[in-house]
Amino acid sequence: MTAQSDIDKGRQPSALVESLVRAAKILGSIAVTMLGLLFVTFVIGRVMPIDPVISVLGERASREAYEATRIAMGLDKPLIVQFFVYIGDVIQGDFGQSRLTARPVADDIARVFPATLELATLGTLLGVVVGVPLGVLAAVKRGTWIDQVARVVALIGYSMPIFWLGLVGLLVFYGILGWVGGPGRVGIFYVDLVPSVTGMILVDSALDGQWDVFWNAVSHIILPASLLGYYSLAYISRMTRSFMLEQLSAEYITTARVKGMSEWTVVWRHAFGNIKVPLITVIALSYAGLLEGSVLTEIIFAWPGIGSYITTALLSADMNAVLGGTVVVGLVFVCLNIFSDLLYKFFDPRAR
Amino acid sequence: MNLLDVENLWVRFPSRTGVFDAVRGVSFSLGKERLGIVGESGSGKSMTGRAILRLIRKPGIVTADRIAIDGQDIMAMSERQMRTVRGQRISMVMQDPKFSLNPVMTVGEQIMESYALHANATKAETRRKALEMLEAVSIRDPERVFRAYPHEMSGGMGQRIMIAMMLIPDPEILIADEPTSALDVSVQTQVLSILDRLVEARGMGLIFISHDLNLVSSFCDRVLIMYAGRIVEVCRADRLSEAQHPYTRGLLNSLPRLDQPDRRLEVLKRDPVWRNADSVSGML
Repeated sequence: MTAQSDIDKGRQPSALVESLVRAAKILGSIAVTMLGLLFVTFVIGRVMPIDPVISVLGERASREAYEATRIAMGLDKPLIVQFFVYIGDVIQGDFGQSRLTARPVADDIARVFPATLELATLGTLLGVVVGVPLGVLAAVKRGTWIDQVARVVALIGYSMPIFWLGLVGLLVFYGILGWVGGPGRVGIFYVDLVPSVTGMILVDSALDGQWDVFWNAVSHIILPASLLGYYSLAYISRMTRSFMLEQLSAEYITTARVKGMSEWTVVWRHAFGNIKVPLITVIALSYAGLLEGSVLTEIIFAWPGIGSYITTALLSADMNAVLGGTVVVGLVFVCLNIFSDLLYKFFDPRAR
Repeated sequence: MNLLDVENLWVRFPSRTGVFDAVRGVSFSLGKERLGIVGESGSGKSMTGRAILRLIRKPGIVTADRIAIDGQDIMAMSERQMRTVRGQRISMVMQDPKFSLNPVMTVGEQIMESYALHANATKAETRRKALEMLEAVSIRDPERVFRAYPHEMSGGMGQRIMIAMMLIPDPEILIADEPTSALDVSVQTQVLSILDRLVEARGMGLIFISHDLNLVSSFCDRVLIMYAGRIVEVCRADRLSEAQHPYTRGLLNSLPRLDQPDRRLEVLKRDPVWRNADSVSGML
């Protein structure tokens, strides 16, 4: 007994060190990945045949003004120095000025990203809440009409162009039936009624207790979120089905049945418990994909998200905005990946 | 009365090329004994075991004149009734604990679940019972094993856990489907003796499915020899050496023997007649 507790005591400090080392490793991998991303975006930004000085001053600037601006922007320094200056700025959250909106890119992103976050989160939520049970059901009822229906539903989600579905959705549910709000985040009478705290109108209006704004925002977000949700549902339900089929033929499922369990418990406790890890990856990837901003959906629904922001910036050669947006999207990807890695360890004892 | 009577059991699998008959009209009964079922791969021995628990999934088809446990016909039961038979009255230990234990649940959770399904017990009681059961299968540190995950266990430990899990609801019949085939030879006897001790003490009937003739003859009371989905011979385990059927003889002769060393072992020659001969009854 005493020997046992001695061993336990001896273990504790090393466990602390271990978790610190692990945290350091995670932070290190984020740093390295982000450095790589910054390097690539920086090079692309410099390789592009767009003269940043002209894009600031316009084509008719005098030679003196051009030179002065060039030095002021630090473009006379060697490329490597410029890179480190760029990294320094980014670390401080400074992505430079957007040429299009004449505001700091960071401010622009802080305005557009919450809109995308709101839409993507709701879309993913819908995709998971409907897609996972649908996939499980299709696997359990493999080969029956339920499986076929699930297959067709997913196939339509995969193959229909989202802009077409969006337009038809608007026509039917907004134009004809009038069940939902039209394009934009809220109706015209509700714009700027609530103070922006998180930038997400649903959250802000709920925090402020302005429920009429909240419900108006819901009526506006429901259609684009359902569309994105349908899209991720198609992917999530197919993946869930194939993960489940693999587990349902495993021997431990027979064990569970031998114990005399109901099929429901066998499926949800035993089989589903074993697909959580791969499922997390699928959901995280699909979420990250939506967080990138779904340009077509955002444009059709006049949704001021990061997808349409980056696209507009790209079309008008606003490189600071494009690079800033890319870095933010990259950061989101890396963070989601790390988060899903951490969840693995939680759900799978073998990964600990 | 017999613990189990199986009459004219068929297991069929429809396929693109026609119906495949895995088990073809097998009849046998089980008393309070250790009944061995021996046969090569694909002889239908595992399918027989699973059919008794009604675990053959679609598209497989099971038909039988009767599968009766204590006179109650399993074939006539609803799925709900069947769930009270599984685990509680008939249980099964499978081949490889690496695959037959759920990798994401602790050993304790899995054993407790097995007990809680059939017993109306408090959580503390269930836990105590599970620890007792782990001790009964000779696990030295039950508390630690209780909290461990299956991947942290060795094969022999895993199989003992499996036995504990399957015996905790106190079933009348245990089907052991090649319970030692995946284990090292050194732990095989250990696991077998634990199985033997528990089955003996609880007065259970055991169906021991194996391809190992020597093992079965030393461990069981009675042996059914299966070939191509049929029983070709039934004999007492201690008289296996006197078996008459050419298939059994062939199997026996293909084993090397220490007391009669031979330069060349015989090769089993299959006679197509065996396949179509009537199934021998293993009824008591």
